[in-house]
Amino acid sequence: MAGGRRRRHHFSRIHAFTCGKASFKEEHSLIGGPGFSRKVYCNEPERATESLLSYGDNYVRTTKYTLATFIPKSLFEQFRRVANFYFLVCAILSFFPVSPYSGISNVVPLLVVVAASMVKEFIEDFRRKQQDIEMNNRKVKVHRGDGVFDLSRWRELKVGDVVRVEKDEFFPADLILLASNYDDAICYVETMNLDGETNLKLKQALEGTSKLQEDSNFQNFRAVITCEDPNANLYTFVGSLEFEDQQQPLAPQQLLLRDSKLRNTDFIYGVVIFTGHDTKVMQNATDPPSKRSKIEKRMDKIIYCLFAVLILISLIGSIFFGIKTSDDLENGRMKRWYLRPDDTKIYYDPNSPVVAAILHFLTALMLYGYLIPISLYVSIEIVKVLQSIFINQDVQMYYAETDKPAHARTSNLNEELGQVDTILSDKTGTLTCNSMEFIKCSIAGVAYGRGATEVERALSRRQETALGQELRAKNTGKISESKPSIKGFNFKDERIMNGNWIKEPNANVIQNFLRLLAVCHTAIPEVDEETGKVSYEAESPDEAAFVIAARELGFEFYERTQSTISLRELDPMSGNKTERSYKLLNILEFSSARKRMSVIVRDEEGKLLLLSKGADSVMFERIAKDGREFEENTKQHISEYAESGLRTLILAYRELNEEEYNQFNKEFIEAKNLVSADQEQIVERIVQNIEKDLILLGATAVEDKLQDGVPECIDKLAQAGIKLWVLTGDKMETAINIGFACSLLRQGMKQIIISSDTPETKSLEKMEDKSAAEAAIKSSVIRQLRDAKTILTTSDENFEALALIIDGKSLTHALEDDVKDLFLELAIGCASVICCRSSPKQKALVTRLVKMRTGSTTLAIGDGANDVGMLQEADIGIGISGVEGMQAVMSSDIAIAQFQFLERLLLVHGHWCYRRISSMICYFFYKNITFGFTLFFFEMYASFSGQAAYNDWFLSLFNVFFTSLPVIALGVFDQDVSSKLCLKFPLLYQEGTQNILFSWKRIIGWALNGVVSSAIIFFFCIRTMEHQAFRKGGEVVELEVLGATMYTCVVWVVNCQMALSISYFTYIQHIFIWGSIIFWYIFLLAYGAISPSFSTTAYKVFIEALAPAPSFWFTTLLILIAALLPYFIYASIQMRFFPMYHQMIQWIRKDGQTSDPDYCDMVRQRSIRHTTVGTTARLEASKRLEASKRLEISVHSSASKRLELSNFAASKRSEVISEDR
Amino acid sequence: MASSSAAGAGSTDPTAARRNTKRPKYSKFTQQELPACKPILTPRAVISAFLLVSVVFVPIGVAALIASRKVVEIVYRYESKCIPSNVTDRVAYIQSSADKTCRISLDVTKHMKSPIYVYYQLDNFYQNHRRYVKSRSDEQLRDRSEEGSTSACKPEDTANGKPIVPCGLIAWSLFNDTYSFFRGNKNLTVNKKGISWKSDREHKFGKDVFPKNFQNSSIRGGASLNESIPLSEQEDLIVWMRTAALPTFRKLYGKIEVDLNEGDTINVTLQNNYNTYSFSGRKKLVLSTTSWLGGKNDFLGIAYLTVGGLCFFLALAFTIVYFVKPRQLGDPSYLSWNRNPGGH
Repeated sequence: MAGGRRRRHHFSRIHAFTCGKASFKEEHSLIGGPGFSRKVYCNEPERATESLLSYGDNYVRTTKYTLATFIPKSLFEQFRRVANFYFLVCAILSFFPVSPYSGISNVVPLLVVVAASMVKEFIEDFRRKQQDIEMNNRKVKVHRGDGVFDLSRWRELKVGDVVRVEKDEFFPADLILLASNYDDAICYVETMNLDGETNLKLKQALEGTSKLQEDSNFQNFRAVITCEDPNANLYTFVGSLEFEDQQQPLAPQQLLLRDSKLRNTDFIYGVVIFTGHDTKVMQNATDPPSKRSKIEKRMDKIIYCLFAVLILISLIGSIFFGIKTSDDLENGRMKRWYLRPDDTKIYYDPNSPVVAAILHFLTALMLYGYLIPISLYVSIEIVKVLQSIFINQDVQMYYAETDKPAHARTSNLNEELGQVDTILSDKTGTLTCNSMEFIKCSIAGVAYGRGATEVERALSRRQETALGQELRAKNTGKISESKPSIKGFNFKDERIMNGNWIKEPNANVIQNFLRLLAVCHTAIPEVDEETGKVSYEAESPDEAAFVIAARELGFEFYERTQSTISLRELDPMSGNKTERSYKLLNILEFSSARKRMSVIVRDEEGKLLLLSKGADSVMFERIAKDGREFEENTKQHISEYAESGLRTLILAYRELNEEEYNQFNKEFIEAKNLVSADQEQIVERIVQNIEKDLILLGATAVEDKLQDGVPECIDKLAQAGIKLWVLTGDKMETAINIGFACSLLRQGMKQIIISSDTPETKSLEKMEDKSAAEAAIKSSVIRQLRDAKTILTTSDENFEALALIIDGKSLTHALEDDVKDLFLELAIGCASVICCRSSPKQKALVTRLVKMRTGSTTLAIGDGANDVGMLQEADIGIGISGVEGMQAVMSSDIAIAQFQFLERLLLVHGHWCYRRISSMICYFFYKNITFGFTLFFFEMYASFSGQAAYNDWFLSLFNVFFTSLPVIALGVFDQDVSSKLCLKFPLLYQEGTQNILFSWKRIIGWALNGVVSSAIIFFFCIRTMEHQAFRKGGEVVELEVLGATMYTCVVWVVNCQMALSISYFTYIQHIFIWGSIIFWYIFLLAYGAISPSFSTTAYKVFIEALAPAPSFWFTTLLILIAALLPYFIYASIQMRFFPMYHQMIQWIRKDGQTSDPDYCDMVRQRSIRHTTVGTTARLEASKRLEASKRLEISVHSSASKRLELSNFAASKRSEVISEDR
Repeated sequence: MASSSAAGAGSTDPTAARRNTKRPKYSKFTQQELPACKPILTPRAVISAFLLVSVVFVPIGVAALIASRKVVEIVYRYESKCIPSNVTDRVAYIQSSADKTCRISLDVTKHMKSPIYVYYQLDNFYQNHRRYVKSRSDEQLRDRSEEGSTSACKPEDTANGKPIVPCGLIAWSLFNDTYSFFRGNKNLTVNKKGISWKSDREHKFGKDVFPKNFQNSSIRGGASLNESIPLSEQEDLIVWMRTAALPTFRKLYGKIEVDLNEGDTINVTLQNNYNTYSFSGRKKLVLSTTSWLGGKNDFLGIAYLTVGGLCFFLALAFTIVYFVKPRQLGDPSYLSWNRNPGGH
């Protein structure tokens, strides 16, 4: 490579692009005006600094904070949360006399909590910082003067620098292309990071600069670029280049964007025009929207409810307090004289009870503030971080091939993973690997190819598990276990491999077929000089697959010059390899409208051949009457191929005579050079004239290779009740193929296709009045949607699921405000939805529509930059950390390496996290209500004066020390059923989708449980420890003793409630739960032992008063059991009579029946919802189809008793299924 | 059981050996496969739990009840009886300087074994009021040099410009009824030593802190203190300063260290000084023995018996259900989303 040995082709001949010809159009007149003011002095660093044009360096910062802003900004973030702000206010107020407790004791927990959150924030930002550092310190070659190029860091680049970018390197900033190793100064660019498109883009420099192909040329290079200001538009660019006293216009054709990659080109020279945050990519980067999970949103509501309760009970307290206080002084006589109401502060002044009551209200707000769990947010944050570590550490989500484990980038959406209702998936790179494999072909009406497609493999695997071994024996012959050894080629058929095709009946057709594959394309061969092996670089992977297939089948394409294509092909006569070259006369390019491409070549015998390949929809109508020999068979084959998700192309050819060709060529060249508005149409017409009367050769079937395990994963997700929509930028045909391959579509499914790509709309588009045309198209879309809607409402959906396929142009209209409800209703009614040809924006809009209108949780998954909008819009964005392209990953919430890991991510981690977080929050509220209400109950006996029942430090450490760790253990480790069972019973996932574990019913249940517990604790305590002596020594109970006893009971009850409600005890849970209780006693001892000036009321209270009193211990035991009893009774009854799904699975596990496959299958079958997509559904559907066929047979033949039986079984099963729905 | 195969796959993989791989390290902890017991509420477990509770609770309940029943307690409410019948304004009477001696007699209905604890019981007295509880100075009580730290004690912080020791509302409102007991004509000595917590005497009330300037403010509260006795020995004060938790409370007055026999009549001469009339609080005199559980209170025993009995009943109920209607395994018809189609 380094020596530039590769032949320098003038590819501009192959590609009919018209670059570098941009003239000074109107927009160029804007240059220099407002918005187009940038002036770049190329290669003149001194001049740039002189002229005060400082455009900023190339340093890119994506962190949220800087060192200076961290403290204020993150503090602000912390106290933006209502609860934290409330605690801040409390902390400040606690230094005033209204406070029921000492200030210090209240500030410490808040400090701990806020500091913990800030540390977490800091660590996260630090990680981003490291990424920035990596990015900013990448190296690129920069011109240092005197023609010397030297490595420099990206961050040090300046506007005007000349850089040299080598093959497969990223562009460090937005560059203007000056020259490349190709003489015509073109280069190939991969923009996958920007728009997700994998095909290479061609860029070409201006002619004037194209000669600068050596480092030394730049010694005296000077140029001035004037161009637009930085903006976010990726596809436009306006500027001009002043070079050698010539003003030349610059277009997007010369612009190389940061984050795209140089491909197929050894090196380029470019001049930096936008740096750092001015680059188009960075201008496009919006701040990732901060996402919050549904649970957190609901949690906020609960907190508001708790605030309401707090205010309510404070209000009650204040009113009583006010009345009591005003009563204290009656006509100058003191009632409760011991309070000295005659000489009092404002807080207790009986003369102004209203003021006293209002001030008391503040006190009460602070006192009952323990209802609101101060540590809730920080605990949840800690738990979520730990949960994401588990996700990151999961060995089963590690993909060895790319060495990528799963990576949870934001941790605050873990539980949302357990509630996904709709998945919106990208296709290329997500479902498919974006590699095509030549897998089957039909030549001369004979189907070749024994390779099994992914979907066939999935189906047969499914069949095995569903129907046992009977079918396995039948299928083993069909399934090939070995993976293809050659990338892009998975074809097995000894009939035509290794030159055996010669012996086939239609050998000449096969020869033509293979030759066509080898000739009709735009790929470029690359010969490895050492091994002589040929590899290809093609614009699209399916094209590469064809050439590779041709090579493997004996037609090796090894050289392309400007006008010839050379093959090494097998000569059927001699049986030897001979080299043949074809003179390439014309390339009639592929376009999405034409759906075909053709080449016209002259072979060595001088015959003129038109070789053509294209989609069946356009090709069959172009076949000559006498070329239809194999049409019937071919059509049948391609429908089979399409059903199994293969991408098919029809190959046909025709011989031209000289006269015809000359006529065509003349017209063609004329038309090409025509400068007129309808030039394209004229060319089109001419080309159409030549591409007709073709002779059918056959069809190819290329598998758009699905990623590993995709069909199974989709099936599992469907069983879990998750809907999957495919949003792709690809062609409709491809999208439908993939739909079949993933079992989202199947035969017998009614496809509703809404397309604007009809001849009718085509003609509409040509109308002069654009707005009228648009309106007409829109009404056509609405009509199609309405029609579809009636199908939806009238169809018998048991046997015929619906699939909606809509293309991008229609989608534009369907997403308009007045239509989108109709569209959404239709889409929800359909089993699968495929949106093709959709732009990144449309993907985001569809996602938003689903999210907003249905209110259900959406998950978007994609790998390309074109999915970024969708990922950010969805409730959860999952990025596929594929082979390359970090854009999607960077804007995703969780990155995984393969689509198949979604299954484990959702069904296992999602379910667990959802369950953990929801139980954790419920439990949090329970424990705080339990604690808070004991305080309230006590107030009733303390004339609502605001005196706390407990010591100040007991109060403030409750949430931080004695109850926090078990909750965290619950949030991190609890699991209802093991991961295996989660996957075995996917329906378990519905607990999350329907939000059963965090329903208001459940939350209120827990809150009530808290109130009941606290009532039992308080009233049992005061009744057992009334006024009589509580020890043998005659001592009576005082505030200290009652407080400590009650607190002990609360600690016991709350921790044992935890032990009761979790279902997974590892040693960690044991340590935390029992440890918390023990720690309370240790604390009581330690705190009571220090000097009474610190410990005040807690001084020696345990060792002197409580521990020697049997009644203390017996009270604790009584209250513990009594307070847990209501929950225990409820739980036993519920488990026994109304078990939830996870509890039934626990039963099954407990009874050891998980190893009994029949039994498990029974349970699973009975609980599985009728899935409408996926391999399971497909299998069911095909069984039904077979069954109905059998029924027909059995009516006619009396000897088919057994078949009838099996048919009965099949219909029985479908009955069960329909019941289940 | 659940982890065996995954464990095998993880640990034996040869790629794990490679140095620079990002493969997560396998451990039972990171893969969340720690050995754990997974208790579920099977009928057997539920029934055993209920039975266990009832087996433990019923005997405790019986024992507690017996202990409570053994305690002999004499309660005499005297706040109205000790007011002469001709007095209409009770508050004025109690605040006057008249002689408020009052004689009452108590009948011992059951043999009372020494020590017999003498309590006074006040009703509707909010010693747990926030203003009241906070109105004290622990520093001052403990440390002679902290005499002046009376900031929390308002309005009983200073009198005549000098700090009050002990300051604050609690000390100021010290209970000042006194009782003297006679069996026949013989005086029954009431031991007033050792009625307070030892930690209070030794650590919270200073041995060298003497009452000063006490009850000298404009309004007189309760009892006066002997200024020659250090606070650590003023046990009535120490007992009083431990504020009660509830508005009805008893406080230890002293101990009678002789047995009282059944049929004895105890004559009590009491000075009815303390004003509970303005807030209509009751005053009671209580003589009580103790058991190992403390004083007379049936609640603990009854509660134990109730909970134990309830658990026994529940165990029975669950057992019956268990035998009559065995559980149908994994019946999915219970599932909410199978009951209502659509599920939302």
